[in-house]
Amino acid sequence: MALRKQSVVPYLFIIPALVLFSVFSVYSFSLLTYLSLFEWDGVSPIKQFVGLGNYWSVVMHDAVFWRSFWQAGTITAMALAFQNSLALILALTVNRRIRFGTFYRTLFFLPPILSEIVVGLIWAWIYDGNYGIFNECLKALGLGQFARSWLADPKTAITAVAVIHMWKGFGWGFVIFLAGLQTIPQELYEAATVDGANAWLRFRHITLPLLMPVGVVVSVLTILGTMQIFALIMATTQGGPAFHTEVPITRIMASLLGSSRLGYACAQGIVFGLILLAVSLLQMRLSRGMNRATA
Amino acid sequence: MTRAQRMLLKQRLRRFAVHAASHTLCLPVAISCLFPLGWMVSSSLKTQQTVFTDFSPVPVPAHVGNYLLAWTKGRFGMYFLNSLGYTFMTVLGVLILSSLAAYAFSRFAFRGSGFLHKLLLSTMLVPIPGAFVALYILLTQFGLIDQGAGEFLPRLGYILPQINGGLPFGIFIMKPFFDAIPKELEESAKVDGSGVLGVFWHIMLPLAKPALAVVALSTTLAAWNEFLLAYLVFSRHELMPLQRGLLAFQGAHLTDYSLLMAGMVITILPVVVIYLVMQRYIIQGITAGALKG
Repeated sequence: MALRKQSVVPYLFIIPALVLFSVFSVYSFSLLTYLSLFEWDGVSPIKQFVGLGNYWSVVMHDAVFWRSFWQAGTITAMALAFQNSLALILALTVNRRIRFGTFYRTLFFLPPILSEIVVGLIWAWIYDGNYGIFNECLKALGLGQFARSWLADPKTAITAVAVIHMWKGFGWGFVIFLAGLQTIPQELYEAATVDGANAWLRFRHITLPLLMPVGVVVSVLTILGTMQIFALIMATTQGGPAFHTEVPITRIMASLLGSSRLGYACAQGIVFGLILLAVSLLQMRLSRGMNRATA
Repeated sequence: MTRAQRMLLKQRLRRFAVHAASHTLCLPVAISCLFPLGWMVSSSLKTQQTVFTDFSPVPVPAHVGNYLLAWTKGRFGMYFLNSLGYTFMTVLGVLILSSLAAYAFSRFAFRGSGFLHKLLLSTMLVPIPGAFVALYILLTQFGLIDQGAGEFLPRLGYILPQINGGLPFGIFIMKPFFDAIPKELEESAKVDGSGVLGVFWHIMLPLAKPALAVVALSTTLAAWNEFLLAYLVFSRHELMPLQRGLLAFQGAHLTDYSLLMAGMVITILPVVVIYLVMQRYIIQGITAGALKG
């Protein structure tokens, strides 16, 4: 009876959130799907229906767009390999309760809280071909022949960007791995030690399997985050030199703002979204399977 | 030396070796985290000439006046106030909307509550990376994009999508927190004659302060560092937040590195201070968001 009297109240509580969500998520997403079927410059009153034509062009003919996927994928691969292993090794080290552990954690997590713009601009200044401190250090070490304009050289640009990205990101993985390690019950290690397991065996049979689900999460979030890299590119190379650091979002921006092909940009956005969606669905499946395996 | 003593010595040596190895690994990484920031501060204190020639880490004399110049001539003061306003409004919006919704999901049984809860969290569980294209078109349609006239609409167009973006995380953090608060507290307040809103405002929200802090801090960082939406929405400098303003400044004064660095220090200072003071809540938010499964 009390429930009946209150029946409108709960809706009043959620309506503000629901309105915002309906407009900015549900409606905007429907609009995106709808407009992807048209050739439209965003201004003209006439939208020309092209069916799946935009998708066809994106998938079959947009070599620059796929190249941007490849390049973001390259940065992603480096991040998965180097950034995440560094994060894991540091987490395992700090988790041993070494002195200054909190101090290290504070410093490792400093780059992740900074904006990509600031981080990009700092590193662009460090990498600068004429006045950068990095080249200056190389010269001081007698390696002057390697000095170059790191972000403007087609041979090094993408790696230089990846290094900045990993510098900014490893502390984030570190914090999550550390949280994962701290959920492993200490008794497991004690019991294993009593049973005569050495450090390697304890790592191999306790730490590694129990940390695996966290590893999957970190990997997938690394993939999603890195594939969506944008601000860092804008602050360093803007996609150059000669398209060498173009990534999917810079390409979509070019269609959206540069060439005013709105319908085409929508199709690009949806293709991009679907590919990343597949990745995160794969993660859910993987971690669900793993939870069942460990349970 | 007895056998026991030898064992003890061996143990101590081993522990020392482990610690030495740990610090040999961690210390260089820690320094690499600090060096770029130190170099930024150092560059911000040089003149427009010495910034290219003087490689000393601590410039003498230190040109502190660069900060005043960046604030006024570089317009970073204006960008700063914009960022402050956008961040404040976003955080306020997320806190109010998500705590209201989370409270309803936690306390009331109503038709569709399960579905609506899942729906509101869906954008957090399944990210939609192409969403900004849709947002741009939507904002253009509603006249919420900066087109050279009017201040209120583009500012609103920048804030609302960010509130919407922060909602799922807010509800995700707040609901379990409300769930854990015993119902008896509300019952007694109801007996005292408080209405539903009164109970929410006077009893639940004060109790939920730790959860509110986690949401507020995560949202603050995200809003202060936001760039992509600012890039889409704003064309006039007068409306830009810091992250967008930094690129605008760099585009206009390509070689004015000392002022740019001063502007960057101004940009990160609030975030770094908040981080150093509130580290616990920030890291809680990060790990809760990632380990949601």
